[in-house]
Amino acid sequence: MRYNTRHKKEKRPYKIVVALAVLAIIMTFMVSIAANSGTAALRPTEDKITHELMKRDSMKSVAAFSKVYSVLMSPRCVNCHPAGEVPLQGDDSHLHAMLPQRGKDGKGILTMKCANCHQPENTPGTHTPPGSPNWHLPPADMKMVFEGRSPRELAMQIIDPEKNGNKDMKALIAHADDELVKWGWQPGEGRTLPPLSHKEFKEAWITWLKNGAYAPSN
Amino acid sequence: MATINLKINGKQHALDVDPSTPLLWVLREHLNLVGTKYGCGVAACGACVVHLDGEAVRSCVTKVKRAADKEVVTIEGLSEKGDHPLQQAWQQVDVPQCGYCQSGQIMSAAVLLREIPNPMDEEIDLAMAGNICRCGTYLRIRKAIHLAAGIQQETK
Repeated sequence: MRYNTRHKKEKRPYKIVVALAVLAIIMTFMVSIAANSGTAALRPTEDKITHELMKRDSMKSVAAFSKVYSVLMSPRCVNCHPAGEVPLQGDDSHLHAMLPQRGKDGKGILTMKCANCHQPENTPGTHTPPGSPNWHLPPADMKMVFEGRSPRELAMQIIDPEKNGNKDMKALIAHADDELVKWGWQPGEGRTLPPLSHKEFKEAWITWLKNGAYAPSN
Repeated sequence: MATINLKINGKQHALDVDPSTPLLWVLREHLNLVGTKYGCGVAACGACVVHLDGEAVRSCVTKVKRAADKEVVTIEGLSEKGDHPLQQAWQQVDVPQCGYCQSGQIMSAAVLLREIPNPMDEEIDLAMAGNICRCGTYLRIRKAIHLAAGIQQETK
């Protein structure tokens, strides 16, 4: 009896070890599946904003957005993302002289089309029209207003395809290199630059988006 | 220097000019089309408006290379006999005081009437907001545009 009892007692640790080993194998397998699906899932985030599929780091994301926000609210960006129908002008973001209207396509109306004055490149000299090949405001059906937006409001707006010009993640990332966006860093004589370099802005933009595109709390 | 092909008021021209020369300079200095005026030089007054493929562009900031192979119309080419409805109305209402801005005003108004044949006051104000008249003849300009709209409708 003693022997048997002792024998049973000796077998228990062996069972526990086996059970733990099986558990470890199952967990490894599950982690492997999760990791594989995660890797695969990271690619689609390039095409579509799906928070569940993105790498989530709210602290990193929100910190990056504060840098992004400082640029988006600079006159070089906000002047062409006005709350009203008239673009803004100058470092003090006053209403554009002559009150040109946005128009349906964002390119002005009638005699007051943007390209009637704004050339494909900056016109030399101070107080001359700045230029880029596709000078325009956001269109009337998607105004993409920056003026007056809080950090939270702007972040929410940017990641909403119904408010951002139907841009998915890939298009949003690419937008950092849009010719008109990059004009902000070559604005011509007499215009201040955004507070960050384009390289710093782009890094912050991508960091914000790829870490979950979190909106700040206010 | 480069040879730029321009079609101005229906006539072809091949000009040897610096491609970055403002169109206004080319019109006035090379082609002696002096009806288009130099005002501010920074696209802020509208005195230099001409039509480029039908758009009311400001020729003082438009480089001549942008006009290459496009259709340019100046005040001299707006009508054959100076009898465009706007030109008739301008005379009937006696719009100009000093007259310096009027070619730009008429060229802008022509685009307006093409797009909106019978514009309301508000539409006139929006379309003409980029054309400054230092004599302050705005009310006569608006009246003449209404009159021209009527003339245009009658002659159709």
